[in-house]
Amino acid sequence: MANPLKGEVMRLYKTLLYLGREYPKGAAYFRERLKHAFMKNKDETDPEKIKQLVARGDHVIKELEALYFLRKYRAMKKRYYDPEK
Amino acid sequence: MSGRVLVGVKRVIDYAVKIRVKPDNTGVVTDGVKHSMNPFCEIAVEEAVKLKEKKLVKEVVAVSCGPQQSQETIRTALAMGADRGIHVEVSGNDYETLGPLQVSKIMAALAKKEDAQIIILGKQAIDDDCNQTGQMTAALLDWPQGTFASEVTLDGDKIKVVREIDGGLETIKINTPAVLTADLRLNTPRYATLPNIMKAKKKKIANVKPADLGVNLTSKLEVLRVEDPPQRQAGMKVETVEDLVGKLKESGKV
Repeated sequence: MANPLKGEVMRLYKTLLYLGREYPKGAAYFRERLKHAFMKNKDETDPEKIKQLVARGDHVIKELEALYFLRKYRAMKKRYYDPEK
Repeated sequence: MSGRVLVGVKRVIDYAVKIRVKPDNTGVVTDGVKHSMNPFCEIAVEEAVKLKEKKLVKEVVAVSCGPQQSQETIRTALAMGADRGIHVEVSGNDYETLGPLQVSKIMAALAKKEDAQIIILGKQAIDDDCNQTGQMTAALLDWPQGTFASEVTLDGDKIKVVREIDGGLETIKINTPAVLTADLRLNTPRYATLPNIMKAKKKKIANVKPADLGVNLTSKLEVLRVEDPPQRQAGMKVETVEDLVGKLKESGKV
């Protein structure tokens, strides 16, 4: 793996791992799937392809953040606000 | 305006955790239970950071009152964009009895000490659901308050606040300095990602004791008992309207 890209991939992995701690189905479940997804591509050498995969990973980060926000928002709304008539 | 914003953040049991009452009914189980920042406090921090990003305020200071672990909550606020933190150390029995009155005294003292123009708090904590700290802080400081804020606009040396009230929205204009409390729809809090948390480690958290601020923590409240809410009773089916009326009369409701 080219050096600067290796840093990117590590950053992505660490960030996803950190986010996974709050995953509804459990941190262990998430970590297993995360590792599997990264291992599947570990022999990739084409820098363009690697950049694409990292971009996909960044997209997953955004989706997780949105998931967590919606879960929390909906829980708060349900607990503290009257249902709309 | 180029003032300073004080944001109060509270460490509470995470909203997704199933709460269990202690067997001796003196409280809820907190040992080993996941804690995080009160969701309404997250919204308060986000609003303060947004004001700073718009260059309407010059500094955001995150404050939390509690034991050592409260520093984690302050770190989250720093990761979201606060500039520095103040940890007011309260532990042991003082922490058990710490309530809105004590916290508002602390916030008021800090506001004067730090020369704050705006205090933003969450509207209520999801553990005690008091919804009092913001209001008490404003009263102690004799500042105007914009509570249940779903929209905040700075307008010169005044603040326009749209408040969520029963039956709709109310728009008010208040002078600064002022206290605001954040409601659910004020904004969408950003997630404190790992890179931001790493960067936030360089930011300072000052350690203060309530005595340094001249605050007396004694509480006039005593918790007598904590219990689970009553189990939902199974419903009863009836065949006719007469039966229904009969059963209602029986249970004394009619």
